[in-house]
Amino acid sequence: MWDYLKLIGLGLVAVCAAIAANYAHDLAYQVNAITVMLAAGLAFLWVLRTAGDPKVTNQAEYFDGVIRAGAIATAFWGVVGFLVGVVIATQLAFPQLNFEWAQGYLNFGRLRPLHTSAVIFAFGGNALIMSSFYIVQRTSAARLFGGSLGWFVFWGWQLVIVLAATGYVLGATQAKEYAEPVWYVDILITVVWVAFLVAFMGTLFKRKEPHIYVANWFLLSMILTVAMLHLVNNAAIPVSIFGSAQVQLYAGVQDAMVQWWYGHNAVGFFLTAGFLGMMYYFVPKQAERPVFSYKLSIIHFWALIFLYIWAGPHHLHYTALPDWASTLGMVFSVILWMPSWGGMINGLMTLSGAWDKLRTDPIIRMMVVSIGFYGMSTFEGPMMSIKAVNSLSHYTDWTIGHVHSGALGWNGMITFGVLYYLVPRLWNREGLYSLKLVSWHFWLATIGIVLYASAMWVTGIMEGLMWREVDANGFLVNAFADTVAAKFPMYVVRALGGGLFLAGAIIMCWNLWMTVRAQPARETKHAFVPAE
Amino acid sequence: METYTFLRHLADSWFLLAMTLGFLALCVWAFRPGSRAMHQDVANSIFRNDDRPADAHPANKEA
Repeated sequence: MWDYLKLIGLGLVAVCAAIAANYAHDLAYQVNAITVMLAAGLAFLWVLRTAGDPKVTNQAEYFDGVIRAGAIATAFWGVVGFLVGVVIATQLAFPQLNFEWAQGYLNFGRLRPLHTSAVIFAFGGNALIMSSFYIVQRTSAARLFGGSLGWFVFWGWQLVIVLAATGYVLGATQAKEYAEPVWYVDILITVVWVAFLVAFMGTLFKRKEPHIYVANWFLLSMILTVAMLHLVNNAAIPVSIFGSAQVQLYAGVQDAMVQWWYGHNAVGFFLTAGFLGMMYYFVPKQAERPVFSYKLSIIHFWALIFLYIWAGPHHLHYTALPDWASTLGMVFSVILWMPSWGGMINGLMTLSGAWDKLRTDPIIRMMVVSIGFYGMSTFEGPMMSIKAVNSLSHYTDWTIGHVHSGALGWNGMITFGVLYYLVPRLWNREGLYSLKLVSWHFWLATIGIVLYASAMWVTGIMEGLMWREVDANGFLVNAFADTVAAKFPMYVVRALGGGLFLAGAIIMCWNLWMTVRAQPARETKHAFVPAE
Repeated sequence: METYTFLRHLADSWFLLAMTLGFLALCVWAFRPGSRAMHQDVANSIFRNDDRPADAHPANKEA
């Protein structure tokens, strides 16, 4: 019965998407509609082929298939996102690479949101969904809630990624940073995200452990807050049901404030709280000792929750935003430094008594460096939110350097550590293929980040100083093009750093692939548990 | 009252105070007497049930 309903639903979606493709007002919408039609058609065929098969979910096993798929997707989208990043970094250094024949499709302006969304939502999003499903099952001692709901979340998220990515290249965007997807993609995101919440909460509800481990608090706060941010920031009215254009509900400074309330908390909850959830589970697991202080982790959690949500206005210093709001944002950003460093200390001190592992275990080294970058960027961020510093740093490359020391150093490195932790366990393999390759990855990535961040500090501070330089009569000394010319060497170094980081990620993919292909299977204690 | 004035008062007066007090209360609650044993147990819970749900564990079979 359920299969028939699914077939009817998928068939309707495919037909509606075909009609929409026919009436489409713009190319991006048409391509997206055809993509939805194909996705619904493939899902239809899959349901049809498996209809009537006995559906057994073995409650005596964890739901690991979707986590395996998540690991593959994380590694794949990571490489894609880094590659697009290296391409646009090279385009900035050598503008000739904005080829004439590809104008309007593959120029910097089209590829830049593709890069940010690919690394944040495709690489980071898949890493978060994968880790959430892994952590919530293990710490609840229960199979993931909702039967195959996990698969819906996984495939729905991949569809979101493909729709958003093809849309950007073809010009569908609502021009909100980190919230570029257009109205119908936003609706799909909402549906998938609610399914994610249901799967996660459902597992917590049926947990067999009396308490909810703190990593789950961070992950749940990530899911809930992102849902709230997404709904408020994407409030828009579509111009036509057959087009990708929409009109924002807010205007002017209200729109700007809502956007940066969203934008900063996307960093705060998607890239910080969610990844802290990963840290609080995987670092103790890899170090084989419990977290340094559970009380500190509780205070870390509540401090982040109470403080982060106020920090957004620091993106709008010296704008039409009222002064009190921007001061409020600055003050809360500076206070935020304390819990962030509390969390960093908690993560690092988890290794106290096991520091020797740093010499022998490149995975723990990766995790420790990621916590170090978390500390560095959460120091840099509050500093840059101070109005006086911001007047120099804002609109310069310093901001881009800051974002990347957080994204490459903290989010990237912890995700690599988690992938190295998970893949041998998920595929039941006797350890990784090569620890030496992990070390290579570690050093390539670290040197890449250092090159990237230092190049951006130099060029950012330089252009900030050049922009404000005035002569004795009060006239500006430098034209904008002068700063662009002066930045060339640093842009080349930045592209080189990004290239090293990408090379490290490719080595990781090879290593993980060989782990699955060539490593002997591990003796299991639990294979073939009978269904009961 | 117009929205701006309302939100401004909300942000910089009583709601700020209420949230600060709520935060402090949560911190104090973490340090309540008797929480240590529970926190130690939760911190170590990640080392249990690594390869299968609790129900499937032989030790819990009779349950």
